[in-house]
Amino acid sequence: MAETARAHVTRAWTASEPMVSVRGLKVWFPVASGVLQRTVAHVHAVDGIDLDIMKGETVGLVGESGCGKSTLGRTLIRLLEPTAGSIHFKGEDITKERGERLRARRREMAMIFQDPYSSLDPRQTVGDIVGEPIDIFELAKGKERQDRIYELLHIVGMNPRFADRYPHEFSGGQRQRIGIARALAVDPTFIVCDEPISALDVSIQAQIINLLERLQSKFNLTYLFIAHDLSVVKHISDRVAVMYLGKIVEMAPGGELYRRPRHPYTGSLLSAIPIPDPVLERARERLILQGDVASSVNPPTGCRFRTRCPGAREHCAQAEPPLESFGADHLAACFYPLEAS
Amino acid sequence: MTTPLLDVQDLRTVFDTKEGTVKAVDGVSFQLEAGETLGIVGESGCGKSVTALSIMRLQRPGRIVSGKVQLKGRDITKVSDAEMREIRGQEIAMIFQDPMTSMNPVFRTGWQVAEPLLLHQGLTKVKAMARAVGLLGKVGIPAPATRAQDYPHQFSGGMRQRAMIAMGLTTAPQVLIADEPTTALDVTIQAQILDLLRNVNKEFGTATILITHNLGVVAGMCERTIVMYAGKIVESGPTTEVFAHPKHPYTWSLLRSMPRLDDELHQPLNAIEGLPPSLVDLPSGCAFHPRCQFKIERCSRDVPRLNLVGDNQLAACWVTQGGAELKRG
Repeated sequence: MAETARAHVTRAWTASEPMVSVRGLKVWFPVASGVLQRTVAHVHAVDGIDLDIMKGETVGLVGESGCGKSTLGRTLIRLLEPTAGSIHFKGEDITKERGERLRARRREMAMIFQDPYSSLDPRQTVGDIVGEPIDIFELAKGKERQDRIYELLHIVGMNPRFADRYPHEFSGGQRQRIGIARALAVDPTFIVCDEPISALDVSIQAQIINLLERLQSKFNLTYLFIAHDLSVVKHISDRVAVMYLGKIVEMAPGGELYRRPRHPYTGSLLSAIPIPDPVLERARERLILQGDVASSVNPPTGCRFRTRCPGAREHCAQAEPPLESFGADHLAACFYPLEAS
Repeated sequence: MTTPLLDVQDLRTVFDTKEGTVKAVDGVSFQLEAGETLGIVGESGCGKSVTALSIMRLQRPGRIVSGKVQLKGRDITKVSDAEMREIRGQEIAMIFQDPMTSMNPVFRTGWQVAEPLLLHQGLTKVKAMARAVGLLGKVGIPAPATRAQDYPHQFSGGMRQRAMIAMGLTTAPQVLIADEPTTALDVTIQAQILDLLRNVNKEFGTATILITHNLGVVAGMCERTIVMYAGKIVESGPTTEVFAHPKHPYTWSLLRSMPRLDDELHQPLNAIEGLPPSLVDLPSGCAFHPRCQFKIERCSRDVPRLNLVGDNQLAACWVTQGGAELKRG
């Protein structure tokens, strides 16, 4: 008995299983009000999500501000506490891990932030910023530590001599490289990239995208790539998940999603993204959504997109559409999906 | 030849900083015809916003050191401050990127839209308010009479930008300058606002200068496009031409560096190496030459002037002015 129990616990995770697996994940934030600051409601930031990310894969996560995509990313690597649901990492349940176990877990996961201005400590040198994770996990000391910092800077395309300088001496793109070097310092297997290029100049964005792709193949990394720009996400991702008000409404490989969107929200998102080609852009048929995103404190009943959906019918208010298969690797949650043209 | 509605000639605006004089706008010339939509694209620090602010004479602490801005033949860099206030209210309006910081949080939205009518057209409060409500309705604010009583913080980002546009339209200006009007907004809201700007242009015949870093926005909106880099115009022409046959390596590279929604194959992006230059320490010759894959010996020596290349495109590039084509090497 004891034998089998242990065998179960230490059963090796194999790469044919998802590296990250999430079931029924909910992350709610309390809304406090009044003198006593009583909790009067909850922001349903992430509201029931199932997601698998395979080893070496890049899953793109798109959606508009407030849809919960950053909350989901942060919860996956246990920076935020889930309200309900489970998170498995390499086959192990990490939902409730804490203390030393969670600390050890953090060596396997890293995050790259959107704003390279506020995510780097202005009083630390570049070397200390990149070296901090090395110190925390006592990965190297003295000369070895120094060499590792130089190596990391070299990997992200920066001159190792910059180790003695401060973040303010660098441009946005270079700061983002520093942030990437810091993320790589612990040799992670899974990295959450939270809008890593949104704050950068157009001519710099491609440099960082190429760098992230190069690093992925070099170190066999698994990415969750969060962005609001669907063209960037489609470029970098193997599969793309579209989020709306705390839910995944559609998921498919990027090309498939672009050619055959089935959820009306994906369709309108695609038609809203301008293509830098005047002839194509002017000939495009536009599906312009009315109104704003509904509140995530009181999400609409039934389908959450129905308040803006051009094709909403009565049934959409009564029941919530489940994610259903629309062919290989293609899921969408809609009772009246768009035609596959 | 008729006089263009707006004629900017050799505009130069500088900022005095501790590190030295920054030539934010360095000899910019362009014309805007009545009813036209003109796009100005470039990265942060290229001078596109300062160009707009200089036209409005809102460039302080920067200084306009030379050049003319002629509105229907009248140089508005020379008029008095009082006259300029009239022009700003009546003939040129500007809308900004962030509607939260450019609206006054302590006044009701309707009142802010009505204010130019009181100031510039001498309408009574009641009449001005009625017009403001009408305009809020026109820009797509639901229940405008009620919403006019709201404060800006009660509006969503998209609605605030609609209110800003209504504010800009109150006096039926001939020129509307929109500085990154959709950058702070989500894509579906961006699509709504761009659609509104298109309709404003059609319905009111307002000539629009749209300033953005987003080449896709320009592609869908503008008849003509100006590309700026390090304070200078590097290319301009009809949008279709500029996008199909760019004549400046910066435009060429920028268009090829972006992932496109309609890309079929996955290939590494053609990134532009290096960084945009510091405006206090510009490279010699063409400011783009250190990042340019087409550069020839002359580029690091002489500053290229904006000249006609092809039928109706201007480019400031020694390579294309010498007759060479920009092709992937």
